[in-house]
Amino acid sequence: MPVYSDKVMEYFTNPRNVGEIENPDGVGEVGNPVCGDMMTFYIKVKDNRLDDVKFKTFGCGAAIAVSSMVSEMAKGKTLEEALEITPRLVADELEGLPKQKLHCSNLGAQALHKAIQDYLSKKKEVQNNGS
Amino acid sequence: MMPYLDEAFGNPSCLHSWGDVAREAMEDARAQVAQLIGANAEEIIFTSSGTESNNLAVKGLALAQQNKGKHVVVSAIEHFSVLHSARTLEKWGFEISLVPVDRDGVVNPEDVRKNLRKDTVLVSIMHASSEVGTIEPISEIAKVTKERGVVFHTDAVATVGTVPLKVKELGVDALSLAGNQFYGPKGAGALWVRRGVRIIPLLDGGVQEGGRRAGTENIPAIVGLGKAAKLAKANMATRMEHLTYLRDRLLTELPVKIDHVAVTGHQSNRLPGNVSFCVEFIEGEAMLMLLDSQGVAVTSGSACTSMALKASHVLIAMGISHELAQGSILFSFGLDNTAEDVDYVLEVMPPIVDRLRQMSPLYAKFIKSSKGGK
Repeated sequence: MPVYSDKVMEYFTNPRNVGEIENPDGVGEVGNPVCGDMMTFYIKVKDNRLDDVKFKTFGCGAAIAVSSMVSEMAKGKTLEEALEITPRLVADELEGLPKQKLHCSNLGAQALHKAIQDYLSKKKEVQNNGS
Repeated sequence: MMPYLDEAFGNPSCLHSWGDVAREAMEDARAQVAQLIGANAEEIIFTSSGTESNNLAVKGLALAQQNKGKHVVVSAIEHFSVLHSARTLEKWGFEISLVPVDRDGVVNPEDVRKNLRKDTVLVSIMHASSEVGTIEPISEIAKVTKERGVVFHTDAVATVGTVPLKVKELGVDALSLAGNQFYGPKGAGALWVRRGVRIIPLLDGGVQEGGRRAGTENIPAIVGLGKAAKLAKANMATRMEHLTYLRDRLLTELPVKIDHVAVTGHQSNRLPGNVSFCVEFIEGEAMLMLLDSQGVAVTSGSACTSMALKASHVLIAMGISHELAQGSILFSFGLDNTAEDVDYVLEVMPPIVDRLRQMSPLYAKFIKSSKGGK
């Protein structure tokens, strides 16, 4: 078993924000089961803030802990702030990840950003159609 | 083992009386190992591990015959100590052919025959896979290699000491074994090479082990290996019965408790203590960690579990998809396990699988699509 920090174990065994959001404002899916990890993030946006963030993850302990941490870090932040969440910050918040698991933290941040971009592009579409 | 770390510290190659004590202990162990596999004691070469035995066999047997030809045949599910030795031979100018396996991990002797060429000098096929448990038809394959006069080695690390076997009945020319697979100490293995079969040593130096493996022998570990061999031979039948009972219970009862679970390896022709599954929609390491927190120690062939981040080559060679291989999980029963342990696994595992599936986007997709299909 890889040596995980206590924080990783805590976020893996008691993950926060697991689930799906009905009628989400944005969805971001990254990874695939062949490489071993797949994450889907769902967001609800209110007044430019992430009102709710939920995720579903197929993957190892690190992948689940990362998703859980990203969701917690993102919740309540403005979209601009959330886009500044980097893999490095996620790994630091988890008190480090084993070297061969660092790619998991990339996926977590990517999935969140993708969900935000999904929201922004949908919003743009609505605005364009409205004008 | 303990006296040989303490007062009986002699070097078996020395002629003084301390050397005699160590040498006698080593020769007793050699006889015990030979008896376990129905061989002659002088045909046993002690090594440091199953890995060393396989390296010595694959490289040493091929090199000894390179004037006859430079083609070697191995199966796709061999242990890395065989596969990577074959890769090294390739760098040394040999050609390697990989024999496929079927969905149960079985090597078809006819596929071995198809891969034999005029210049084939060695075939190496494992006796059983410790990963999926499947036992290979070694004596059938030996008929093919004998017909063609090709030297046949088998990696029997997973079977020696666990299931009864005699080298003559298997019909092989060389066989690897390791003590830690049957309660011997780590750091002691052996290679049996049939008398008359030439092998080139990998370690050059003195004339230990009949000039086939130089270096002062690890006497305490070898004595432990001998003792373990003796105990394994004496208790083989009762051990097998116990492990087969535990195996068959988990193998049949877990798929009843958990949906979408596939047994990997052959259902019945498998190692007595080996139970391996692929659980759909979730990943092995996460399962392993949650089971560990409940006191259940298992292993997995998923990409995330391996340092190389690659799914098990054994599962992939069996035609299992990468996605399904991620959910691989392996239980290896030991003699201390009981029927209560099986009950315990059957109790704690379903909620763990359920919990991970609730988190899994693959499971969510599956549920949606199966509802949509109705």
